Amino acid sequence: MGGVSAASPVEVEPTQTPDEITFLAKPWVTLVWDDPVNLMSYVSYVFQKYFGYDKAKAEKLMLEVHTEGRSVVSTGTREEMERDVQAMHEYGLWATMEKAS
Amino acid sequence: MSGFERHRRTGHVIATFSGFEADLLRSLASQMVELLRNERAEPAAPAADPFEAMMAEFSGATTIPEDPVLARLFPTAYPEDEEAASDFRRFTEGGLRDGKAAASGSIIDVLEEAGLPPELTEDGLVIDVELTHAEAETWMRAFTDIRLALATRLGVEAGDEHYWHSLPDDDPRAQAHDIYEWVGYLQETVVEALTAG
Repeated sequence: MGGVSAASPVEVEPTQTPDEITFLAKPWVTLVWDDPVNLMSYVSYVFQKYFGYDKAKAEKLMLEVHTEGRSVVSTGTREEMERDVQAMHEYGLWATMEKAS
Repeated sequence: MSGFERHRRTGHVIATFSGFEADLLRSLASQMVELLRNERAEPAAPAADPFEAMMAEFSGATTIPEDPVLARLFPTAYPEDEEAASDFRRFTEGGLRDGKAAASGSIIDVLEEAGLPPELTEDGLVIDVELTHAEAETWMRAFTDIRLALATRLGVEAGDEHYWHSLPDDDPRAQAHDIYEWVGYLQETVVEALTAG
């Protein structure tokens, strides 16, 4: 306590807005691709169970996979997306990851 | 033939199989375990000490499996970055294989604990299965793997039901497709039972 505090070694970058910081920290997405095997009810169940999405969001994503051929199911850091892709493979869903466009 | 349902009082996921059905399910699960343990890039024996386990991890597979079923079960995570895809595979495929083998193994264990004998000889045998929520989720995942394996071997495509149903009954591919549909029915009823209540 007391004494002269040293200057913080961390300099805040004043030119970055919070949006840019978030964008730089979250540049990856997990994609789930359509396949002729997985049941719609199962895919929706997995999205609710693993991502914690509500039923409406899970079904919207599931239908997007089914009709568009693929859907972005999560966004985050590269490490987070590797975890998500691994989990999707554990559930037998065809998942890949890439840098968010 | 009946599927799974949720037990009103316990909330468990229950089903009753004939001896034939239980034996068929065990056979499918056993084939899955065998497939997952084949073609391994790493030593089959479990590593005794942490260092050995770590080294085993580092020698994990880095290329897409040759078997199309395994290639579907362990897809390439980075389609446009071969090096990242290899690294991802090296660190994940071994664990995923073990998890999937354990899930199919759980089907075998539960059926045998429920009274399925090593060799099915008795007519009229009935096997009652009662699964906790977690066990039912494990079966649900194993059913997915079994269905993906059957579909890959058969070459199932979207909207081709008519083709399969037009094959003569004694065509082995038609019979395999019937099994594929049956496992799909079982899986659908597990999902329903898990979401009910």
